[in-house]
Amino acid sequence: MGRRWGSSRHLVRLAALFGVAVLAFLVVRWALMPEGFGVYGHYRAGALDDNRARPVRHAGQAACVECHTDVAEARAGGRHQRLSCEGCHGPLASHASDPGSSSGSRPDPRKTCLRCHEQNRSRPSGLPQIVVADHADEGPCTACHQPHQPGLS
Amino acid sequence: MESGRRAFLEQGARLLVLSMPAALAWEHILAGTPEAADNYDTAAHWWGFAIDIEQCIGCGLCVRACKDENDVPLEPFTFRTWVERYVIDPDDPDHPMVESPNGGYDGFADIPSSDRKVKTFFVPKLCNHCSSSPCVQVCPVGATFDSPDGVVLVDKQRCLGCRYCVQACPYGTRYIDPRTHVVDKCTLCYHRITRGLTTACCEVCPTGARMLGDLKNPNDPIHEFLRSRKVHVLKPQMATHSKAYYAGLDGSVR
Repeated sequence: MGRRWGSSRHLVRLAALFGVAVLAFLVVRWALMPEGFGVYGHYRAGALDDNRARPVRHAGQAACVECHTDVAEARAGGRHQRLSCEGCHGPLASHASDPGSSSGSRPDPRKTCLRCHEQNRSRPSGLPQIVVADHADEGPCTACHQPHQPGLS
Repeated sequence: MESGRRAFLEQGARLLVLSMPAALAWEHILAGTPEAADNYDTAAHWWGFAIDIEQCIGCGLCVRACKDENDVPLEPFTFRTWVERYVIDPDDPDHPMVESPNGGYDGFADIPSSDRKVKTFFVPKLCNHCSSSPCVQVCPVGATFDSPDGVVLVDKQRCLGCRYCVQACPYGTRYIDPRTHVVDKCTLCYHRITRGLTTACCEVCPTGARMLGDLKNPNDPIHEFLRSRKVHVLKPQMATHSKAYYAGLDGSVR
């Protein structure tokens, strides 16, 4: 019996070594793996919430027209009726959540209008385009066109 | 007796399942903001994107809105979305001229006038949110991943800034944020779409050239778009299974 035990001592040593290696692996894994890693896949589950945590800056059209019903009515039926308010007026989520705190700016018509309407041959045909130098030397576009209902009446 | 125990267990299981979201919602109710309670279910969505090239006017509002919404640095010219202009000379169609001055942020000047008739159009670009993303495959630490709802996201706490993913992306949609030295990219406005809003670029696009779509929602207009239009994805030979579908895509676009 003793002899037999003696002949298998190297196996016991091997098993112990294996056990230590597994333990070391688990300790290193525990130390390096962040919390929630592997819950949904090969990543930290909390990263989903991190990505969601960013504040919203553009309130969205629905929020704008909730209060500014007059502008929504003015735009109805016109060629600009489906444009987003914040495309021209800038991101206004802070204004939407607290209307007193800040307000939208009145966009510079020459810059804002021409962003879309200055002639550019790369643009699809059908979009009304002008060469501003020929169309109106100076003065704001809003002298003739109402941006919320841009056709000439 | 048997049916009584069964009913009891069923009732108990039902209460247990219902109580988990209710407990989460309760925190918001106690805080006085019940509308902030989270009811977003990642398993119920599979986000994709549709782009109609023939509607893009190259105004660059999407680029501006994206930078505002996601706090993308104005310089040194990093973009989550940008617009390219292609100008193709019919005599040399294999070498299109592609430009994107400041990503299209300031719009585009008209092409120089000449007698030659050229083909020219705008192509908006963004992360294609591939379902077999090369960037996810190469990340050594699991900092880039496919979310359960089909969005390729970055874990900024975990990212080492090793740039493997920047190299792996066939569409060039990733950049290293010069402030944090970790990678940044389009999140499909994950903070907006999980709150029921559309992306900032889709919000401001004046012509409807961009459309966010939930491929798991059978009533989403993206299904009609994919059915009625001839669509293609960028670099299909890369087998990335891109979910950014382009209608009116010219063969010269890379």
